[in-house]
Amino acid sequence: MARKGILGRKEGMTQIFDENGNMIPVTVISAEPNVVLQKKTVETDGYESVQLGFMNKRANLINKPMAGHFAKTETTPKRYIKEMRLSGMKEYEPGQEVKIDIFTAGDYVDVTGTSKGKGYAGVIKRHNQHRGPMTHGSKYHRGVGSMGVISPNHIRKGKNMPGRMGHETVTIQNLQVVRVDAERNIVLIKGNVPGPNKSLVVIKNAIKK
Amino acid sequence: MSQQLIKDITQEYLKTDLPEFRAGDTLEVAIKIKEGNRERIQMYEGLCIKKQGGGVSETFTVRKISYGVGVEKTFLVHSPVIESIKVKRRGKVRRAYLGYIRGLSTKKARIKERR
Repeated sequence: MARKGILGRKEGMTQIFDENGNMIPVTVISAEPNVVLQKKTVETDGYESVQLGFMNKRANLINKPMAGHFAKTETTPKRYIKEMRLSGMKEYEPGQEVKIDIFTAGDYVDVTGTSKGKGYAGVIKRHNQHRGPMTHGSKYHRGVGSMGVISPNHIRKGKNMPGRMGHETVTIQNLQVVRVDAERNIVLIKGNVPGPNKSLVVIKNAIKK
Repeated sequence: MSQQLIKDITQEYLKTDLPEFRAGDTLEVAIKIKEGNRERIQMYEGLCIKKQGGGVSETFTVRKISYGVGVEKTFLVHSPVIESIKVKRRGKVRRAYLGYIRGLSTKKARIKERR
């Protein structure tokens, strides 16, 4: 199947009812038409892809090189620019719009976003380790635990330790599209999607369906 | 803008013919039950012990004593499975959540009528 993709903005979650009266949790993603800014080809760039621009921004926020780039397709400056290396995107030409109606209800999609940052997190939150006893004289509550065997005289690579957690690129695969509203440029996807509200998400046809 | 958009999406699912009720009221809930391809309506009557959430996610919990066993069911207010909600009696209570009623005997769990 020719896979397609679009950039959107996570608006938040809610729930709706299906025809049997079951409650379905959905994420609302708005995706105003994306503009194809550039088309890369094997001859000129070494690979094939389509560059999409999403969400307008003020003209005074861009520099001259970017202004020239947007002028080529005569569009307003865009806040997010991302390339799509997908088979179904070849048919688009620079200046054309990619709309949310590339998906229909019942389709399966993969959604990529940047997960919520958790800051400096301990091993219990970050690596799902267990805690020590809280009582009975124990003073070992939420610590890292053993650093590993003594013999190499150093800590082995990959040892789970506290550190920055979250704010990384996460993809959730095989989410079902519940409804597409082409008029309001929104799509309802069953279940949750990575990242906080108002963040950028990339919706693509599922690779495994 | 986001919240307004979500409100607009869920608007079509909201019921408009709901009676006004709150915790302490005795309710009669008509539930649609599907058996194969036949549909029937079951009545469930009891005391509303809480109402929580807002919009399309709003829920309420109804408690009743069935054959000496306490039963609590939580419903979505706007669920299409619920045919109707009828307020049988309005109760006068000082709490929004009547969790205290679970431990009480039938006689102690009486609630005065609100007029």
